[in-house]
Amino acid sequence: MTKLLRHHLFWPVAALVVLLVANTVARPSFLAITVRDGHLFGAPIDILRTTAPLLLVALGMTLVIATRGIDLSVGAVVAVSGAVALSHLASSPNPDSPVTVLTAVGLALALCLVLGVWNGFLVSVLGIQPIIATLILMTAGRGVAMLITGGMITTVNSGPFKTLGSGFWLGLPVAAVIAFGVFAVVAFVVRRTALGMLLEATGINPAASRLSGVRSKTLTWTVYTASGLFAGLAGLLISADTMAADANNAGLFIELDAILAVVIGGTALSGGKFNLSGTLVGALVIATLERTVTVLGISPLVTPLFMALVVIVVTLLQSPRMRERLASATRRPTPPSEPQPAARPDSTEVKAR
Amino acid sequence: MTTSAPARASRALKIPTRLDRRYLPVLGTFVVLALMLILGGSRYENFLSPAVVSNLFINNAHLIVLAVGMTFVILTGGIDLSVGSVLALSTVVTATLLQAGLPPAVVIPLAVGAGTVIGLAHGVMVHYFQVQPFVATLAGMFFARGLCFVIAPESIAIDNASFVGLASWVQIFGGWRMSSGVLIALVVVGAGFLVLHFTRFGRTVYAIGGGEQSALLMGLPVARTKVLAYVVSGTCAGLGGLLFAMYSRSGYSLTGVAMELDAIAAVVIGGTLLTGGTGFVLGSVLGVLVLGLIQTIITFEGTLSSWWTKIVIGVLLLIFVVLQRALSLRKT
Repeated sequence: MTKLLRHHLFWPVAALVVLLVANTVARPSFLAITVRDGHLFGAPIDILRTTAPLLLVALGMTLVIATRGIDLSVGAVVAVSGAVALSHLASSPNPDSPVTVLTAVGLALALCLVLGVWNGFLVSVLGIQPIIATLILMTAGRGVAMLITGGMITTVNSGPFKTLGSGFWLGLPVAAVIAFGVFAVVAFVVRRTALGMLLEATGINPAASRLSGVRSKTLTWTVYTASGLFAGLAGLLISADTMAADANNAGLFIELDAILAVVIGGTALSGGKFNLSGTLVGALVIATLERTVTVLGISPLVTPLFMALVVIVVTLLQSPRMRERLASATRRPTPPSEPQPAARPDSTEVKAR
Repeated sequence: MTTSAPARASRALKIPTRLDRRYLPVLGTFVVLALMLILGGSRYENFLSPAVVSNLFINNAHLIVLAVGMTFVILTGGIDLSVGSVLALSTVVTATLLQAGLPPAVVIPLAVGAGTVIGLAHGVMVHYFQVQPFVATLAGMFFARGLCFVIAPESIAIDNASFVGLASWVQIFGGWRMSSGVLIALVVVGAGFLVLHFTRFGRTVYAIGGGEQSALLMGLPVARTKVLAYVVSGTCAGLGGLLFAMYSRSGYSLTGVAMELDAIAAVVIGGTLLTGGTGFVLGSVLGVLVLGLIQTIITFEGTLSSWWTKIVIGVLLLIFVVLQRALSLRKT
């Protein structure tokens, strides 16, 4: 029991289970998944689909936070990505052709990659604090997105592009397949190679890791680039879902949701140890929470209040002070902050997935 | 805007070396502000009129108050993301209670006090539970916004006679106008300045930002000061809400979305380092004026679309941050 309580995924998974139970109590058919037209339907599938963009953004955010940074610009990048893709589709004579869609996707991702490189440049080369460096793009990015759409909400009809947001593949939502696929690949690369350890080294002590031969600058630059790219992909999923590019509201507050997902997942904002499986659970908790609000019939107006209460409870439970209390209460021989072996998140990731 | 770099360098060269380099960023902000005024004055008629300058203050009084509170928190090395939401909460509380028939003498302390209480909660979470300031105030941001919607989802107009009377009080000297909101904002700026530079609390704020461990070892009251910094910011946000309610004569739960970013941008442009320990309240006020002036110039230009505001603010932030970085590199 103490071992279970000690596990870094205990509180986030507990939160997820509590939410799912609450939903099932309120609506017994909540967990039911039915097959319709060869597609899977049901609330859990829907949650997977709505988690997709958040998961992508949170994935990039986790890597950035691991290097002691933060990326506030992801919401703006989401908006830019949607704006670029839809503007290209809208201006092309044949928005339904796969080539046009691929070009639109490629253009959007390339621009977001550049934005990520820009953030990485500011942080790793100029040495500007991450929070300000990305604040610049957070402020200017939405302006750029509006510049691209001309201040209007661009809407367009394109079958292949729509598939990204609301299509199905092998019965599963395409958005979820993409997001979880990217997540799996990144988790594999980060944890099966030394990359994850190097990232943690950079986050724990940039100077020491540089002296011991870790290329901290390159790594930092890479994570911001990755974060920009993932945010761009998330932007495509979001704009494909609504088939509209709203420069003002697309991805609004997604940076905050993503940071929350990371924090709920047990990765400290102070950098160093990170855990991707926690981020996955964190993203699911947030998506389920939003769903819960509707299922429980809570007025959507109260959603932020409800979210705030859950966040406050989870962060307080995870705060160092509470962990110490719990530690002394359960008489644990080792302090909770003791680093866990690097291989551990992998084994749990398989379970979580 | 890019002219600020050489202008600033030449200015720095001319000034005798006695000048404390801590003042350089603020001086830079001042130069930018002056250049913008000159640019505006030379391009547009009536730009440098008292009416325009008065309006700059009247339209940004609430933001000035927010920036003063934010300066305290940032000086300790923290951040307060909740100020926009707390401002909205304060406007909603003000409007709801006034429309319920309570007198302003009761409502005003309650509205400001709501901010104080939320600030206190942030301080306790940050200091005693060691939650990162970013996360604690993020939760506070959701909380305050949620509370707004629970109290009043719709915009409420204020028609309480004495409140409206207070709000529309204007002093006119020549072409200059000063509203009650501006007066309150200036008093807050003065108070913030005095507290930071002439009290023990103020010096401790700087000490914590310079190095929390050292401050603790020096025997300074770190816990109390840190919590108080968040209380100051919360109270300023509450007061900012009151000013906004006076300015807009209404309370609406969607006011001040992303206003915390404006406040942070103003503080950064005003020369305060986000790592804490360096910066001035007056710099933050200059920062707010720069932001306000960008808006004014874009309005005067007429043909520019509103989104240029965001892009220009971003570029300006970039220039300031890079300059600060260059300065701090030369120092070490």
